[in-house]
Amino acid sequence: MIRYAKPTKVAEALSLLGDDDWRILAGGTDFYPAQGTRPVRENILDINGLAELRGIAETESHWIIGARTSWAQVAGAPLPACFDALRQAAREVGSQQIQNVATVAGNLCNASPAADGVPALLVLDADVELNSAQRKRHLPLGDFILANRRTALQPGEMVTAIRIPKSAAVGQSAFHKLGARRYLVISIAMAAVRLVIEDGIITNAAVAVGACAATAKRLHGIETTITGREADRSMAEAIMSAPITELTPIDDVRGTASYRQDAAREIVARSALAIVDESLGKAAA
Amino acid sequence: MNPRLPLTAFEVNGSAVALPVSPVKRLSSVLRDDLHVTGVKVGCDAGDCGACTVLVDGEPVCACLMPIASAVGTKITTVEGLGNGGLSALQASFLEHGAAQCGICTPALLVAASALLERNAEPDEAAVQDALGGILCRCTGYRKIVNAVMAAARKQARPVGGIDFRLPASGCAIGLSPVRLDGIAKVTGAEKYGADSFPPDALTVLAVRSPYYHARFSLGDIDAWKRMNPGIVAVFTAADIPGINRFGVIPPFADQPALAEREVRFRGEAVAVIAGERDAIANLGLADFPIVWTEQPHVLEPGAANAEGAQLIHENRTGNILTKGFVERGDPEAALDGAAVIASGEIETSYVEHAYIEPEGGYAYLDGETLVIVACTQAPYMDRDDTAKVLALAPEKVRIVPTATGGGFGSKLDISLQPLIGLVALKTGRPAAMAYSRNESMISTTKRHPAFMKASIGTDADGQICGMVFDGDFNTGAYASWGPTVANRVPVHASGPYATPNYRATGRAVHTNGPISGAFRGFGVPQAAIMQETLYDELAGKLGKDRLDFRLQNCLREGNVTVTGQKMDASVGIADCLEALKPHWARALADASAFNMSSESVKRGVGVASCWYGCGNTSLPNPSTIKVAISQDGHVILHQGAVDIGQGSNTVIAQICADALGMPLAMFHLKSADTAISPDAGKTSASRQTFVTGKAAEKAGRVLREQILRFANVSAKATLTLDGATVVVREGEAVRRIDLAGLSANADGYVFEATESYDPPTTPLDAKGQGKPYAVYGYGAQLAELEVDLKLGTVKLVKITAAHDVGKAINPVMVEGQIEGGIAQGIGMALMEEYIPGRTENLHDYLIPTIGDVPPIESILVEVPDSEGPFGAKGLGEHVLIPTAPAILNAIRHATGVLVTKVPATPSRIMAAIRASEGSR
Repeated sequence: MIRYAKPTKVAEALSLLGDDDWRILAGGTDFYPAQGTRPVRENILDINGLAELRGIAETESHWIIGARTSWAQVAGAPLPACFDALRQAAREVGSQQIQNVATVAGNLCNASPAADGVPALLVLDADVELNSAQRKRHLPLGDFILANRRTALQPGEMVTAIRIPKSAAVGQSAFHKLGARRYLVISIAMAAVRLVIEDGIITNAAVAVGACAATAKRLHGIETTITGREADRSMAEAIMSAPITELTPIDDVRGTASYRQDAAREIVARSALAIVDESLGKAAA
Repeated sequence: MNPRLPLTAFEVNGSAVALPVSPVKRLSSVLRDDLHVTGVKVGCDAGDCGACTVLVDGEPVCACLMPIASAVGTKITTVEGLGNGGLSALQASFLEHGAAQCGICTPALLVAASALLERNAEPDEAAVQDALGGILCRCTGYRKIVNAVMAAARKQARPVGGIDFRLPASGCAIGLSPVRLDGIAKVTGAEKYGADSFPPDALTVLAVRSPYYHARFSLGDIDAWKRMNPGIVAVFTAADIPGINRFGVIPPFADQPALAEREVRFRGEAVAVIAGERDAIANLGLADFPIVWTEQPHVLEPGAANAEGAQLIHENRTGNILTKGFVERGDPEAALDGAAVIASGEIETSYVEHAYIEPEGGYAYLDGETLVIVACTQAPYMDRDDTAKVLALAPEKVRIVPTATGGGFGSKLDISLQPLIGLVALKTGRPAAMAYSRNESMISTTKRHPAFMKASIGTDADGQICGMVFDGDFNTGAYASWGPTVANRVPVHASGPYATPNYRATGRAVHTNGPISGAFRGFGVPQAAIMQETLYDELAGKLGKDRLDFRLQNCLREGNVTVTGQKMDASVGIADCLEALKPHWARALADASAFNMSSESVKRGVGVASCWYGCGNTSLPNPSTIKVAISQDGHVILHQGAVDIGQGSNTVIAQICADALGMPLAMFHLKSADTAISPDAGKTSASRQTFVTGKAAEKAGRVLREQILRFANVSAKATLTLDGATVVVREGEAVRRIDLAGLSANADGYVFEATESYDPPTTPLDAKGQGKPYAVYGYGAQLAELEVDLKLGTVKLVKITAAHDVGKAINPVMVEGQIEGGIAQGIGMALMEEYIPGRTENLHDYLIPTIGDVPPIESILVEVPDSEGPFGAKGLGEHVLIPTAPAILNAIRHATGVLVTKVPATPSRIMAAIRASEGSR
């Protein structure tokens, strides 16, 4: 490590990022495992002093999750029902010890295909705020994560927020994580579903699956198939026969490609049914 | 250059601290290495095990993932800060419930559970699991942890003296459950494990290891490299090893170099050690270490290794066969030809990692001419002899001082870092310390043998077993380790505890370039039990018999002869175990059919499986020696050489000795398994300590009692106690007081002393494997209830009921602890554990059960006394794991109709089996 800096203002952090190569240290929950026993050789920009990047705020047009917001904060935040999938995912990121320090932006920047937070943010049409000393830009989350461990982050840039447009922050959502054990497990597959149900009809559907391709994917075939349908249990059959073209799962230690392909569809159906059941339950009550 | 904060200031357990340190140093490292707060454990350095959990401003975090810069200005609480001088209610509850075994994960559990109780005074089980889900425990099976936390809610903190240690009165120790005698240090964080007490001036030792499965290598200019790296004091290679560079737990097979010579045979093999100052090693990169590798072809599967023309991993081992084990009785082919019903099948199992939460750690130093090695271990005398051989020292010039051992399960029977740190200390004259990283521990130490088994079992028309043929290849990896033991033990046990008149079993240990397979709780028997017990379910199905009744019909009973020709006496308890499960079986089957009536996509299943297991070495000498004495200052001193790796020998051996001597357990003081202090009580392995060392402790206790009675000239009816430095002897109305101060003491300060040995009576196995391989067997049977999701292939365990014949439960709470812990490992083996070299070399890709994966366990302690064991006791440490995996596979088949033939039965494999069966319909 040549340089170490722990700025307290975002502007200061961006100015540092502009004049040298830095490795950003936030929650540390991916930083240290990646480091292993090797000594740190890079310049370290410790962003844990940037208080302004922590917390969830609401504006006219967006919900804004600060880059340093921890998963524990997400899990405990009073957010509308469309965020339920995100909050359920928050409780599945590693363990409580991890959730207490791991950040939302870190989960995105680490760009693991199995990042628990991504599908739930995809169904909220989240975009990523990228800041540098020169400019600020916003990329849809699906355009930010490019591939396994690769993002669109440019030199000099850092993620400062994740934004959810109010237009997408409607309806109800659910999340399903499939793993080989109960806690602290990397997903075999996971699904997030957000449905807007009006008068018993699904007027808007957003479906995303993680760990079944190099990056988490929205499943447009399923979205199209169920949009306009009645929100009842027969929807599961529609999901089981809807076209899925986005997934390219692989065989690995956690499961085979064909298992993932089938399981992805199944957990999407279950997430959707969980929403429908809750909605029917509410209607009945 | 390493920037340092001018001063990093925070609070640890109420005390302000400030120190200059690199801002990105891990909090765990600062706490342990700089502040010596060693109750904070490091198990993985990656957030996967949670052992380093501390509270930062009241919130649990993994200290290994937090830069010290983030701790500035915070209040940090570690286990050392919980007790406030005494013990918190939670710490006391952990002791009382037996929630700590080896204790390495205990500090983290206590810290995280304390935070839970702060915000939720009466948590339910789900809340406890959520709070502790990120902390792995490999010993307990978690059930006692859950109970301890729930019971601690709303209780008061207590002084240490205010805890009920359940200390038994004189003569009443057997069968009670005193709190473990070494327990307090485990809940306060005071316990010192392998990496917890490094001398401040010690050199840090780092191994250079092979990234290849098979390669040749040449070393470059090491001196030049050393000069470029200030703070590096020495580098040693095979050329520096003064003795015989071949070690191994079974001397005739010793084949493993401490540091490889020109060629490595597995990924992770050490080729050099680097010794340097602590900071220098921490900042050392190995990318430019002068070594040139030439990768060679490798083989990882036994089938390929044993194939015609395969290259030999060891020149003298034809066909890459390390050893074969063989047992034959009667005429199995004729029996199977004449059988009314036959079941045949194949089962494959995976490498299983021990995954103890404490990676290997220790240090070495020279005490005059004696090399002292302070490290975690399961086998101090074996460590001593092997280390001495490698380093060309006389065995008595090596002293092994075992630290507390944070789990072993078989892997810490083999030496690991001992010759490496010993070499550095010898050559440099400075203390040398080493702590394996998780990755290093996983790639370089032993595993459970992957097995490739096939078998056929036949019965007559009434369902009586008439014959069995078993054939198993066991992937023993690059070096011998305990491969011969597995190859020999499996054929002796592969029948299961069932009368099998015609039998042939062959076990082969086959070398590959995979990880070294060694000892792991059961030595191959858990794998073989999967083969046999799944075939038993198939036979029962073909016969139309109830699966439990079928087992009862065939289980070994008094007067039966085993597959090695050993006649069973009245000690055989498998029928009692199966009978004990009967009401649970009936209830579970009824519950399952009721559940399945109303459930379509989730089906419940029930499975049962048995075990038997011979305690101690197979047909080989296996002595233990115990020394017990009365010191001049009035204590009973027990030289307890049976290393306690969490299973409880410190307590159980003392209980046995206390009742044999006839003095209260409270008067016992224990001396450790230090080879300079205590006689050899053998290795902690093969479920032998309660039986073999227990028997030696019983004998020693009785002999010591005899000495005192004779000295006092009283009869055997007299009672003994200690009153200060006086032995008080009472017989009826008469009281005699022996003033110890008035008597002469030996060099140890002992006035009375007894040393006794015990070696189980066994006989060698002949060419057909016939003989008496063990003096004592233990038995058990388990029933698994579970639900299978037919769409996802996931398994939810509902309950496990375990009946184990332990002969006599010396300490029932500890017996339950062994059962629960063994079951948890069996669950892992059945459902999730698969070590793949090069791929799962860490604890986030290699999965072991978490607190949410172990269902309620009901233990039934069956006591059919053994004629040989102390007070009737049998071993149980390994038995408890054996039935779990086959019971689970049988339950999955009951639920789904399909047998998964490769473990672990992951969701993916279960779904593939279901799909295949749907396709074949």
